[in-house]
Amino acid sequence: MARLVLETPADVRLLEKGLSGGEALAAFNAAYPAAGGIATFLGKVRPDDDVRVLELSHYEPLTLPGMRELADTALARWPLDGVLVWHRIGVMHPGEGIVLVAAAGRHRRDAFHAVDFLMDYLKSAAWLWKREKREDGWHWIEPRAQDFADRNRWD
Amino acid sequence: MSVTVLFLGPLRDLAGMPQAEYPAPLDWDGLLTAVPAAVAEQLREPRVHVACAGKVLADKADLAAKDGDEVALLPAVSGG
Repeated sequence: MARLVLETPADVRLLEKGLSGGEALAAFNAAYPAAGGIATFLGKVRPDDDVRVLELSHYEPLTLPGMRELADTALARWPLDGVLVWHRIGVMHPGEGIVLVAAAGRHRRDAFHAVDFLMDYLKSAAWLWKREKREDGWHWIEPRAQDFADRNRWD
Repeated sequence: MSVTVLFLGPLRDLAGMPQAEYPAPLDWDGLLTAVPAAVAEQLREPRVHVACAGKVLADKADLAAKDGDEVALLPAVSGG
């Protein structure tokens, strides 16, 4: 298998299939040997509310460019060596990864903040639409007031 | 001479179709008249955005789609 090579300082991807956190983080760690710390977050499909399947749709001309812009904003805001922003699209099952975010920096606080910031924006400002299939059919997921409040912390 | 309008996320269900072709040029009032009533009602909500030719409009009332343009109707997002 070819070794995974990441784009630096920002590797931003929309993945139609399996999000391999271990492989991504090994490559991310290798890409930033000078970093003093790496913070990561893996978001998963929660196995509750009798959710059988989750589907994320996107809009090609906007979604990835918007995520790249977001990664650049994080790089400009905190002194970081690099970031990784991967988001799944398509159909996922409970327990599967939806989103993987990582930040490498000299100090932990910057990395923690960058990951928190990236997640808040991915939740409520990236061009992605989520729906869940439950026993009684498909339900679109609306952002919660808490998601907007979380994002507004960074203004 | 037409504009392609995409109904994204939950708007696809409201429209009952993923996309439609409407005569060009298409402005904001024309869009509200052309789309199904349930979609027009949603479009008036501030949290629903409109993109034309790959750019999100700062003010959707400024829509001025020309022949061949793709207009995307963008409801409130939910990623992560």
